[in-house]
Amino acid sequence: MKEFALIFRLKDITDFKPSPEQMQERMNWLGSIAAQNKLAGKGTTLLPVPGSAKTVKADKVVTDGPYTEIKEFISGFVVVKAETIDEAVEMAKENPIFKIGGNIEVREVLKRD
Amino acid sequence: MGRPTSHNDLLPHLFRQEYAKMTAVLCRHFGLKHIEIAEDIASDTFLKASEHWAMNGVPDNPAAWLYTVAKNKTKDYFKHISVFETQIRPALKPGEHEKEKELEFSDQIIADSQLAMIFTVCNPNNPPEGQICLALQILCGFSVEEIANAFLTKKETIKKRLQRARTNLRNDNFRIRLISETEIRSRLDTVLKTLYLLFNEGYFSKTNNQLIRKELCSEAVRLALLLTENLLTDTPQTNALLALMCFQSSRLEARTNHKGETVLFEAQDKSLWDKSLIEKGNYYLVNATNGNEISTYHLEAGIAYWHTASTGEKKWPHILQLYNQLILIEYSQITALNRIFAFAQVYGREKAIPEAEKLNLSESNYYHELLGYLYAELDIDKAVDHYKQAINLTRSKTEKQTLSKEIERLKEKNGR
Repeated sequence: MKEFALIFRLKDITDFKPSPEQMQERMNWLGSIAAQNKLAGKGTTLLPVPGSAKTVKADKVVTDGPYTEIKEFISGFVVVKAETIDEAVEMAKENPIFKIGGNIEVREVLKRD
Repeated sequence: MGRPTSHNDLLPHLFRQEYAKMTAVLCRHFGLKHIEIAEDIASDTFLKASEHWAMNGVPDNPAAWLYTVAKNKTKDYFKHISVFETQIRPALKPGEHEKEKELEFSDQIIADSQLAMIFTVCNPNNPPEGQICLALQILCGFSVEEIANAFLTKKETIKKRLQRARTNLRNDNFRIRLISETEIRSRLDTVLKTLYLLFNEGYFSKTNNQLIRKELCSEAVRLALLLTENLLTDTPQTNALLALMCFQSSRLEARTNHKGETVLFEAQDKSLWDKSLIEKGNYYLVNATNGNEISTYHLEAGIAYWHTASTGEKKWPHILQLYNQLILIEYSQITALNRIFAFAQVYGREKAIPEAEKLNLSESNYYHELLGYLYAELDIDKAVDHYKQAINLTRSKTEKQTLSKEIERLKEKNGR
């Protein structure tokens, strides 16, 4: 079994705070994956609000953001277990994020021994 | 409980209740290595009671009578048996054997000894099934035969499980006399898990014997109550577990009909639900919120709480969200299947079918039962097919009967 990170991206910062219905849909999606015993890590949600994001660059240059520089921002990720990347993609397709114009990047996790 | 009339009715009940307490006190007295001596004295005491009471009638205070005999037998033991000199005394630290002569059975000593015994018996090295057998034998005073009946297993199998578990118990360096905060903290999780499994063994038991089922449940409740009476063990998790047990117990009467068949939740006579147990459950659930931690017991108690609530708009969405949280903490097939049932109540059976099929648990009878239920209104042939697979997979006779009835009902509905 391989592991894949599903990385969530949103465009509009106002979408970050979900309505109760959206919250319920997200939890149902996550619960569905856990119920198939295919959740490798509950993952992490990343705050996008001002003051919660900085980028550190070479020469100790620190900037705010990333949301000030690019429109899309990463809102979080989970790690799922799947035989193939296609299976992981199928799981991603059912996420309610697409209803609010977000997208999901699917990336295989490098397994260290 | 009605007042028993003869010693024959009284003794089995008293035996359970007092045997475990007596063994705990004696064992703390002799030390864990000599648990058999403690058990022998306790057994002898009850043997004497059964003989004496048959001749002379039951004394006014049977428990006090038993303790007096146990005390005397312990004194005799120390007087006459050289084992004490050769094996026990060298093991005792100086000063400790002063206490040896004063065996006491005060309420406080009984409570302390029982608590210590619970923590001694719940050894994380034991596999769960051995653990429950040991708990039933030592903490609840069940005989090997009674345990075998509860598990629908041969006596020999239970004996073997007990032997292994007891070896671990004897070789354990657990200090039953001086049980400390660190020891309690390190084992509380195992203790709670054991009580949880003990309760479930009764609640979801394979046996149709109602009496055994109720006794397993009430023993688990009794031991959990004991934990709430000590400051160190009265944690939010303990309270959450006790709340869960109270909510589940409140439906124990309504869960089976007079033939011992399981009555599905929806068909249960709610007037049979025990209101006072529901109130107790609420009380312990409130106590369980005195902390930040949300354990699986909290979530399961929350689900059980919503089950006692009358059907309202919010009931099933809440239950579904609690199942979502529960499955994130700990995967189990039963949680996964129950979650789909709740999903079907919120979003309808049709939408629940693909969710259920994703689980791919085709070797589980519950999986097919669930799919049978989900298909029942949409595709009777498929529903019947799943129910048939469930019948093939289950080993429970009453379940086979219940499912066969359901198939008949569906076929009639279909006009065949």
